[in-house]
Amino acid sequence: MFKILLVIHKWYRVWEEMRVQLRAHVSQTAAHEQMIPALEIENLSKVYDNDFEALKGISLTVEPGDFFALLGPNGAGKSTTIGIICSLVAKSAGKISIFGVDIDKDFPAAKRHIGIVPQEFNFNQFEKGLDIVVNQAGYYGLAPDLAKERAEKYLRELGLWEQRDIPARMLSGGMKRRLMIARSLVHEPQLLILDEPSAGVDIEMRRSMWDFLRRINAQGTTIILTTHYLEEAEALCRHIAIINHGRIVENTSMKDLLRQLDREVFILDCLEELPPAVTIEGFLTRRIDDHTLEVEVQKGQNLNVVFTALDVADIHISSMRNRANRLEEMFVNLVEGAA
Amino acid sequence: MNLREQYVAFMTIIRKEIKRYLRIWTQTLLPSAITMSLYFVIFGTLIGSRIGEMGGFSYMEFVVPGLIMMAIVTNSYSNVVSSFFGSKFSGSVEELLVSPVSNVVILMGYVVGGVSRGLLVAMVVTLVSLFFTDLTIHSYFIVVVVVLMTSTLFALAGFINAVYANSFDDISIIPTFVLTPLIYLGGVFYSMDLLPEFWANVSKLNPLVYVVNAFRYGVLGVSDVSLPVAFVMIIIFTTLAFTYSMHLLNSGKRLRQ
Repeated sequence: MFKILLVIHKWYRVWEEMRVQLRAHVSQTAAHEQMIPALEIENLSKVYDNDFEALKGISLTVEPGDFFALLGPNGAGKSTTIGIICSLVAKSAGKISIFGVDIDKDFPAAKRHIGIVPQEFNFNQFEKGLDIVVNQAGYYGLAPDLAKERAEKYLRELGLWEQRDIPARMLSGGMKRRLMIARSLVHEPQLLILDEPSAGVDIEMRRSMWDFLRRINAQGTTIILTTHYLEEAEALCRHIAIINHGRIVENTSMKDLLRQLDREVFILDCLEELPPAVTIEGFLTRRIDDHTLEVEVQKGQNLNVVFTALDVADIHISSMRNRANRLEEMFVNLVEGAA
Repeated sequence: MNLREQYVAFMTIIRKEIKRYLRIWTQTLLPSAITMSLYFVIFGTLIGSRIGEMGGFSYMEFVVPGLIMMAIVTNSYSNVVSSFFGSKFSGSVEELLVSPVSNVVILMGYVVGGVSRGLLVAMVVTLVSLFFTDLTIHSYFIVVVVVLMTSTLFALAGFINAVYANSFDDISIIPTFVLTPLIYLGGVFYSMDLLPEFWANVSKLNPLVYVVNAFRYGVLGVSDVSLPVAFVMIIIFTTLAFTYSMHLLNSGKRLRQ
């Protein structure tokens, strides 16, 4: 009798896993085939009780499978937008659909598609990591056995399985952030939203997190990322929207955005001491110190001219680097231009 | 979410709540047992022996139902208020708010968590009381119904307090300045017959009077208020608290921006 019950239980678990995966697969495939946007925002506005207008009618579309960056300075409206998408902030006007589900018509169904990794640590610091992830699965209706399987899967993938029984408060900052990623993925959402995921994470950990995010994106999960590390957006994202003062000031592909750059500034480290004034015809130059020269190169200019001119002047270059991240320059231009 | 998934979410909240108060049992379960033992010793044995009879029973027999009910009220209330405010304070309430779980499931999950602690503490206090007196139950049915209704009512009240609280001070103000006086003036230690008519009438505004007397009727078979009136009053207070709690969750007041 006990054996029969065990077999029934085992088959029930298999059925449960298949049912959940099938539903996610059907929904994801349909979205890809019919090109239903992963996220569609139309004329979204938000006015807070203190009359602060955080969003002024923004519209945005994120295609399924995309890796999308939402950038903007502090207070631009990024977190408000994310808060509205995941129901923590009430919108004042506008429409949001997640994989074709209008949040005004069926928010619970729309929420099933979303996984959210917030900026601040928002878990009970006294709970164990495993319990935090398993509980989150329970809130999405995943049966306890399946919840434990999924929790193990994601805690292992994010390198937290050995720390599963440690109270969350005792984890390092990077581990806490990875714990929030595991928690957000436990119901296997189609749309993952990460709000500043690299804040407080060391470089090595950041790189491994990037690899993980690239992997799940390649498996079909749409990812929206907000970050202050523009290098991160450039390295990961295919599309980008820049928001400033509650308005979208740019919404394009990363390639197109970088193509718009019409100048780059290089810093050259020189072996010899530079003369008091360095002039290279057709280029703007600035002597930073005895051994460092800054050169501005316009789009289409030949950089070899610079090297030749310096060589003629008997100045030899030991290294060369961009003054700032390319995207950073573009970002600053757009934000300052819109201000 | 279908019904089965809502049930899973409901059980998850309850499990989390029970784990929470068992993990910190020295703060949640032990104090009631110690406090009530002191009440039994001081009011029941030392002072009670000089008071004599109350309502036709020895003073110890008279105060035991009130003290058990006091433990149920304070524990079901404080479990929900501290747990829900704690999750608001740490931000972990967002785990629930971003999930598709319905508001009624969130509320009932926390309430049942509070009720379970109220029941557990009631059992502990009842066991302690057996060291001081013989407890004979007049009606098990009434005892069970009153305990469930009362712990539900005060768990809901704790939830409302938690939603409005902005700091840890706010979650102790109501228990200290409202709940405790209402309990002491609710007939735990005395019969309403001892009060002048005016104060006896004023006491009828106190929900604890109905709770304590309904429970005392279940245990001893005597009550200062009519049992149907007590039931109706408890149902009215519970319905009001439930409706208001749902309103707070649905409107997102103090939970969502």
